[in-house]
Parts: sequence; structure tokens; C-alpha cells
Amino acid sequence: MTDTHFPSSIEALRLLREDPNRVGHRGHVLSSPIPGTGHGRTGPANKRIVVGYGFWIFLLSDIVMFSCFFATYAVLQGGTAGGPDIRQIVELPRVEWETACLLASSFTCGLSFAATNARNVLWTQVFLVITGLLGLAFVLLEAQEFAGLVSQGITPQRSGFLTAFFSLVGCHGLHVTAGLLWLGTMLAQVQVKGFRREIIHRLICFNLFWHALDIIWVGIFTIVYLLGYVA
Amino acid sequence: MIMLVIVVPTILVAFFMAWRYRASNTTAQYLPEWSYSGRIEAVVWAIPILVIMFLGGVIWIGSSRLDPFRPLPSKTPPLEVQVVSLDWKWLFIYPQQGIATVNQLVIPAAAPVHFSITSGSVFNAFFIPQLGSMIYAMPGMTSQLYLQADHPTKLFGVSAHFSGDGFSDMKFQVHSVPPAMFEAWVQQARTAGPTLTAATYGSLARQSHNVKPYTYREVDARLFSDIASLQIASAPGPEPEGPSHAGRELTPAGR
Amino acid sequence: MFGKLSLSAIPLDQPIPLITSLVLILTIAGVLTFVTFKGWWPYLWREWITTVDHKRIGIMYCLLGVVMLIRGFADAIMMRTQQAVAVNAPGYLTPEHYDQIFSAHGTIMIFFAAMPLVIGFMNFVTPLQLGVRDVAFPTLNSVSFWLTASGALLVNVSLFVGEFARTGWLPYPPLSEMTYSPGVGVDYYLWAVQISGIGTMMTGINFVTTVLKMRCTGMSYLRMPMFCWTTLSSSLIIVAVFPILTASLAMLTLDRYLGFHFFTNAAGGNPMMFWNLIWAWGHPEVYILVLPAFGIFSEIFSTFSGKPLFGYRSMVAATLFICVVSMMTWLHHFFTMGSGPAVNTAFGISTSIIAVGTGVKIYNWIFTMYGGRVRFDTPMLWSMGFIFTFVIGGMTGVLLAVPPADFLTHNSMFLVAHFHNVIVGGVVFALFAGLEYWFPKAFGFRLNQAWGKAAFWFAFIGFWVTFAPLYMVGMLGMTRRLQHLDVEPWRPYMLVALLGIGILIIGAACQVIELVVSIVQRDKLRDLTGDLWDGRSLEWATPSPPPFFNFAVTPNVEGAEAYWGIKQRAIESQQMGPEPHYEPLEMPVNSAVGFFTAFFATVFGFAMIWHIWWMAAIALVGAYAAFVVLAWRDKQEFEVPAEVIAQVDRARRAARETVLGRLEHEGAVAS
Repeated sequence: MTDTHFPSSIEALRLLREDPNRVGHRGHVLSSPIPGTGHGRTGPANKRIVVGYGFWIFLLSDIVMFSCFFATYAVLQGGTAGGPDIRQIVELPRVEWETACLLASSFTCGLSFAATNARNVLWTQVFLVITGLLGLAFVLLEAQEFAGLVSQGITPQRSGFLTAFFSLVGCHGLHVTAGLLWLGTMLAQVQVKGFRREIIHRLICFNLFWHALDIIWVGIFTIVYLLGYVA
Repeated sequence: MIMLVIVVPTILVAFFMAWRYRASNTTAQYLPEWSYSGRIEAVVWAIPILVIMFLGGVIWIGSSRLDPFRPLPSKTPPLEVQVVSLDWKWLFIYPQQGIATVNQLVIPAAAPVHFSITSGSVFNAFFIPQLGSMIYAMPGMTSQLYLQADHPTKLFGVSAHFSGDGFSDMKFQVHSVPPAMFEAWVQQARTAGPTLTAATYGSLARQSHNVKPYTYREVDARLFSDIASLQIASAPGPEPEGPSHAGRELTPAGR
Repeated sequence: MFGKLSLSAIPLDQPIPLITSLVLILTIAGVLTFVTFKGWWPYLWREWITTVDHKRIGIMYCLLGVVMLIRGFADAIMMRTQQAVAVNAPGYLTPEHYDQIFSAHGTIMIFFAAMPLVIGFMNFVTPLQLGVRDVAFPTLNSVSFWLTASGALLVNVSLFVGEFARTGWLPYPPLSEMTYSPGVGVDYYLWAVQISGIGTMMTGINFVTTVLKMRCTGMSYLRMPMFCWTTLSSSLIIVAVFPILTASLAMLTLDRYLGFHFFTNAAGGNPMMFWNLIWAWGHPEVYILVLPAFGIFSEIFSTFSGKPLFGYRSMVAATLFICVVSMMTWLHHFFTMGSGPAVNTAFGISTSIIAVGTGVKIYNWIFTMYGGRVRFDTPMLWSMGFIFTFVIGGMTGVLLAVPPADFLTHNSMFLVAHFHNVIVGGVVFALFAGLEYWFPKAFGFRLNQAWGKAAFWFAFIGFWVTFAPLYMVGMLGMTRRLQHLDVEPWRPYMLVALLGIGILIIGAACQVIELVVSIVQRDKLRDLTGDLWDGRSLEWATPSPPPFFNFAVTPNVEGAEAYWGIKQRAIESQQMGPEPHYEPLEMPVNSAVGFFTAFFATVFGFAMIWHIWWMAAIALVGAYAAFVVLAWRDKQEFEVPAEVIAQVDRARRAARETVLGRLEHEGAVAS
């Protein structure tokens, strides 16, 4: 339980160096299956792969949920009911700052995991805190944007289009907020419990989650803001 | 019918297999390892695929030929009827005649009728079982339906989509009458009854159920398009009567 | 302080729900007192409530499903009675009450009876068949179960506090919007289904991961039993479509609570969108239910014919084919909205194409019996009843898939009869067959066959007597959900259907008696070998009931039909393999996080339904705290000593040796 080195991830890194394209995904032709990858011949996968795999599946389902909100946005885009349309909403400089914050946070998140791989508590924590601050900046900028719109009477209750806009962007904002809550919990866990096996697994999942939010934001940025700007 | 050709033999074969190879029948062959036969597999896939290819053709032709939006071939121009579903009654507007009815549809026999259908409240489905083809009545949208009653007769129409507490009483009479009688009926309707304007429509749109049929002698010509384009707001919902029960707001029809 | 909640929420003016709920409350209180009196709480808490063992969770899912099945059946009885007496008469149920009953019937049967039973079987059987010790995420599994239970609880609370939805089992806007449904019924629906839906989504994630990443050594994809394939397909559909349900219910919730305009008539909302979203979930949902049912039948046909499943690979192909195509058919639920002939044609054809996969499966089951030694135990009876019923249901389904025919029969009693035909004939028959089949594995004794067969015959005949008249009256133009009828010629059909439900009541009573009789006679019905039905997959390699670690040594699979191979080798060589070397193993520790999360979810749902915002906030914090506590624990697993494992496994081997000896003896007699 208290093992401090992690055979599977180190094994994965070794394989990555030796065999960059096939880590954990060997074809059927290879004669020596890798133990712990869950490919039938060698029994159940190890915990790290199972956790990561399950979390990927969760992310896919989350993306399906976002795609419903995207579809809704596409359907309701015309339903402005005489109210403001997307051109009156887009405030590109602010959104660019939001995007910059979120993409940079993804980068620092990646750095924190590099530190985790090196089993360095200090740098893991430092980069996680930077990630959190950038994420917080994103959420605050978005909250300010929403507050500004509401003060002009542009509320989701005004029209179907605004409903879809606030829900799509707000759903992502809610995810980032939940991510920040998770991040805070992770900071405490790393500090108190150190790099235990299950905590590493959670850090992996958190990384996946944070990058997935970035990907979704790129979609929102493009479809809502950029296309709205040129509309 | 087509399917029965496939289904009956399938069921018979199933019971034959089960009976023939029952455990107590020791004369039947026991093939404990037999689990694959390329030929049988091919047949097993081919039967459903062929049936579905045939059915696909039926679906394709049937869908376009019997599309409710498609006008019926006829020499006489169709009678226009605008239909509005409300909580819980049907409003029929005759734009060419300038009259309207509630819960009563009178049409000339042997002539095509063109219905334009919308809803003033929630979703409903306009359905006269003996004439065929139901079609939804949807707020903010207009659907089309062409029907024809070949003979003078008395029928009934219903809503085929659940719309709330008064749904079960959301029925209307259908009278298909000879053309001359239809004209007489129109003339008579023009002489009696209230007029239908945006204001009287507002009170009609309030929830009520089991409404006896009656006619309007005059109708605002733009009323239907205003309802269909939501220029006139959708009907209000339930107005709770008496002391309201927390979370159990009742409609008169719910009692 | 308490939002919209006040004493007038309790339906004191309506005797039926009031008396029902009082009886329910007294029953629950009685059971709780009994448990307290007997001092069973520590045992229940330790062994069941906090368990993360997939078998126990599976059994609890099935128990929940059976209880809810009875509740939904009671609704069905009331509906059939109402329609039989309310011809040209008001009947005994007001529209307000009748509307709640048919909405609750559909909601409960799909979400809280069929889903828990199907997921219960997936839980109990799949890890055993894959030869592993648990699912991928045991604690998450417990959270899933308790969230489902939480949703079921909320639906039943609506009986006593407030009302349930009056909008049908899918709350179509604008009827379900605040304007037309100001009561709390729709809110009960939304929160109950949302909470249990999140639980189901986690189950889906769990089982996709389990089947793809947690198989014992040598269990390659094409050696998995058919049930595992259907579990995988069903879980894949869950992962793909339950987020759609979550999103569409969330949108309706926003509409109702914050005045958003997703689905409203006014201000540019689009009610049609709800239909598209909900059926993009709703149609695949049918296949989530029916694919594991097909899996159960595949196991039963093969076991009771004493043969491998015919055309295993084409069965796998057909399953995956259905899994994919099921997501492309949703529009057939509203052909009659006038999408135009091109769209209707496309969806009509995609719908009937599903019948190809289903047809292949039916023929393969038939050919599985060919050349077999078919034993007609109770599970096999249900399976034969299924083939008959389901083939007819499929036929009427293809009829409804033809748009011109659908324009006449949509939303009619014909439609009602059709989907009961496939869901009762397909899913419910499978669940009863599965209960008979795996009950001995779960509890160590088999069910009484005589009562089981009686239950089958009453259910089978009762089903047809109920639904055949509904088919006919649907053809005559009777629409569904009518609180009263005024077409006199329909009365005889309604009376025959009422007779049918009477027969079904006898069937249900037989099931209950079967269970009671079996428990009383459990010593006589004991299954000592663990391989009661001469099974072919790995769950029959364990004793009945299996130990909490399932397998002393994880099996090494060397071919298709893992256990059959092992058994044949043992019979040929007249001896079991050498005793393995037992090693200590680690099992996940119990966790109360599922129970607490569900507790807070229930409180949250109830608070949101009644607009008690402070209570909702507290519940959210509580749920978060439950997860932090879980994250903080130091001990994830505990070690099972080798001696314990050895002791259990030696007992199992001794039982098997006895069987082997008996086989040898019988073999000698035969030759």
C-alpha cells in the first residue's frame, strides 16, 4: 500500500521510450502481451489503467452532455424573440483573456503532473496552485461578463437564444468551478497524505478532467464567440 | 400481413425444435458440439435482410404516397379548415365561409378538405379514426392534412396525444353532409352565435372541458395566423379554484 | 422556512393515496421496528448497506426492482379497472388521480423496476462470468445503487406529500412547463429521475470498464459469455445516451425553476427540441433493457439445450449492430408530427433494420435447440414464452415502423399493447427467467419448480388475455391515456383486459408463494454442488452462494465456454485438477459513502421540489463532505489470509469431487 514507486507508470514510461507508438495498445501479432493492460490474455488490468480508462469513459459521457447543450444552442440561436442576438453579446477582448487563462492553466496542470511523476511534492503543489489561480481568474472573468450582461437586462429569461447561451457557457463555468473545488481537495490530500497510489490516480483523473474542460472551452470559444463575432 | 408469412413459421419451428429435442426424447440426435454452420448462418441473416429490404420499399413508397401534407387528387378545390387545439376543446375556423365552430366539424361529403392545424396551448394530435391519418397540433407551428369523407355520415374525432386533465373529453363530432346541406348549414351559422375576435378567443382559450358544440357567426380573418405565429400568446394554464393545495394545483377538469 | 411545503400538501381529501401511503408507512415502520427488535441493524449495516461486493449490490438492486415492480403493477391494476368501469361513466378515479397513476406506472416500471433488475443481473453475474473478484469501481457501484434507491424513494414520497407528475412518463413540454403544470408533480419526476439517472450513468461507466479491462487470464473478447457482451453493449448505450437524459431534464428544470426558455411556447423556446432530445435517450433506453434480456436468454437456451450457443460470433455481431443502430431510430416516436416523407422514410427503415439483428438472434436461439437435449425447467419455459411473445411484438413493431400505418395507430391502444408486448415479453420474461436461473447461485437453494411453472402459465396466459383486446381496440381507434371512454362497443374489450389482469394477479401471487415456499423448504432445495443447471460459464465454477472473493485463484481460461471446458476435462480424466497454491488476496473495504451520498441526494431532491433552499444547500455540502471523507480514508483494501481462502476452496472442491464420483457411477450404469 505504501509503495512509493509505481511499477506500472514507470513501465509505461520505459515502453514509451522503447516503443513509442504501442504503449498499452499492442496489436494481436505481438507474442508477449504486457501484463496489467487488461487485454484478455494477461488477466485484469492494473488499478492505474482501470481508473484512467473509467475516467476517460466518464469524460466521453460528459462531452455527450455538452454536445446536447451545443445542439440546443444551434437550434435556439434564431429564437431571440426580438431581444439581443449574439452580436450584442460578444466582448472579444475579455473572452480572449478568459481563453488565455484557461489554456495557460492547462499547461501548468501538465507541469504539475510532470512534477508528480518526479515525486516532487513542492513543485506539484506550486503548479497546482497556479492552475487553480488561473482557473479562478477564468471563472471570475466569466462571472463579471455575466453580471455585466444581466445589468443590461440581457438575462436568460429574456429569450430562447439567451437561455441557450447562458446555459452552454454557464455549464462549462460550473464544471470549472467544480474542478476548482476538486483541485482544493487534491492540494490538501497531496499535502497531508503524500503520493499514495490512489492519490496519484486521482491526480491523473484531475489532469484529464482539466484538459477536457479546455477542449470544450475551445469549442465554445469557436462556436459561440468567434462565429458570433463574425456573424 | 407480410410479416405473418415470416412470423408464423418461426414460431412453429421454435416449438418444433423444443419438442423434437426435448430431453426425454432419446431418439433425437444429440450433437453437443454442434454450434456453427455457415449455410444456416447465411440463411439466418438473409431472411430478415430480405424482409426488411422489401419492407423498406413499402415504407419508401408508402411514406411519400400517403404523406398527409400531400393534396388529394380531386377536381374540386379543397375546403379550407383551420384547426386550433385548446385546453380542452377544438376550434375549427372556416376562412372561406368566415365562420367558426367549437367541437363540431361539418364537411361536405365526397370533397377534399384541407386542414391547417396548430395549437393554442399544449401539444395535441388531430385524429378522426375512420378517416385516417392523425397529425400533431403544435403551438407555434402549422401542420397540414388532407382528408376526404366519401359519403355523408356521422363520425367522431379525438385528440390522440395526452394534453392534461381534460384530455378524455377532448372530442368533436364530425358531420359529413351532402354539399347542398353544407351550404345551408353555413348560411344558418352566419345568422346566429357570437363573433370570434382576439378578445373572445382569449376567454375561449381558458381551460374548460366537456364543451358543448356551438358556432361563431363571424371570425377575425387574421386570427389563425396570429395564433400559429404566437402573435397571440398561448393560453393560460390552470387557474386554481378555491383554496389551493400546496403543490397540488388542480384544474376544474381534474376533479 | 419550508418553501412551498405546508400541511395541505398531504392529500387528506383523497382516500386512495392517503390510505395507500398510510399502509405503506405502517408497513415500513413495522419492518424497521422488527429489525430493531431483532437487533439486525449492525449486521445489515456491515454486510449490506455499506457493502461494495458486486453480488450483494446486485441482490439489493433486484430486491428494489421487485418491490417497485409490485408498486407499478398495482398502478396497472388500477388503470385497467378504471377503464373497465368508466365506459360512459366517471369511474372511481378522477382525471387528476388517473393521470398521476399512468405517469407513475411508466416512470416506475422503466426507471425503478426494469432498470434496477437489469442492472442487478449485470452486477451479480458479469464479474463472476468474467472470472474476476469485483467490478472495476466497487465503491462507485455502491453509490450507483443507493442513488437509484434514492430516486425510487422520492417517487414514493410523492404519494403522501404533494402529487406525482400528471404528464405521462416523459414530461413533454409545454404541458410540463410551469404554466400548465404548476404543481410539484413534475418536479418530483425531474429530481427522482435525475438522481437515479446519474446513478445509472455511473453504472454504465463502471461496466464498460469492467468488461473491457477486468477479465481473467485468457478471457479474450470472443471467449466471453453472451451475457457479458450484452452487458457491454448495454453499458455502452448507457454511457452514450444517459448524458442526454441528464441534459434534457436539466433544461426542463431550468425552465421550471428559473424561467428559462428552452422548451416554452413563448420567447423563442422550442418544445420540439425536448421530443428530439428525450427520444434520443428514450429509444436506446429500450435496448439498454432488452439487450441484457437477450443475454439472459442466450445463457438459458445454451445451458438447457446442453449445447454451445449456435452462431456465437454472429450473435455478437447482431448485438453490436443493435447497439449502434438503436441510436438512429428515435424519430419514429413522432412520425405524426409531419417531418416530411423523406425523414419519415429514413427513420422508418432504420427502425425496421433493427429487426434484422433481432431476427438473427431469434433464429440462432432456435438452432441452439437443434440437436440438443432440451430440459424444460422453469427458466426454459419463460424463454419459450418469450420467443412466442416477442416475435409477435416485433411484428407489430415493424408495422408501427411503417409511417403510413403509424399515422393510424400512433398513440393508440395498439401502441400500448405493442410496447408492453416487447417489454413484458422481452424484458420482464427474461428477468423472471434470470431470477429462476441465478437464484440458486445467489442464495444456495433453488426455487420451487411447481409454483414457478404455475407462475409462468398464469403470467403468459394473463398477458395475452390482457393485451390481445388492447391490440384490437387500438385498431378501432381508441387512444391511450383515456380516463373515461364513451364508445359503448369498446366495453367488452376492456372487460376482457380486466379479466387478463386478474389472471396476471394470480401469476404474481404464484411468484410470491413460490418464494415463500422455497424459503420454507430451503433445506430440501439446497444446491450443494454450485453447478445446479450443468452450466457452461464461470459463475457455475463457484459454490452457491459464492464466497465474497468469488474465486480462490483467478481462473485461467483456455477456450470458449470456460467452465464447460474445465468440467469436461475433469470428467474425462475422472479427477479435478491439482489443488492450487493459495495466496492471500486484497479485497476493497466497505464504505458508507454510497449510503450517505444517497441520503443527501434524497434530502436535496426533496428540498428542491418544495423550494426549501437552505435545506438543499446543506444537503449539497453534506454530499461533498461525504466524498472528502471517502477520499481521506487510509485503508482502501483489507487482506484475506490464505488459510481462509484455502478452507473455502477445499470445501468447494470436496463438493465437486462428490459430483464427479456420482457422474462416474452413473457413467458406469449407462455403459
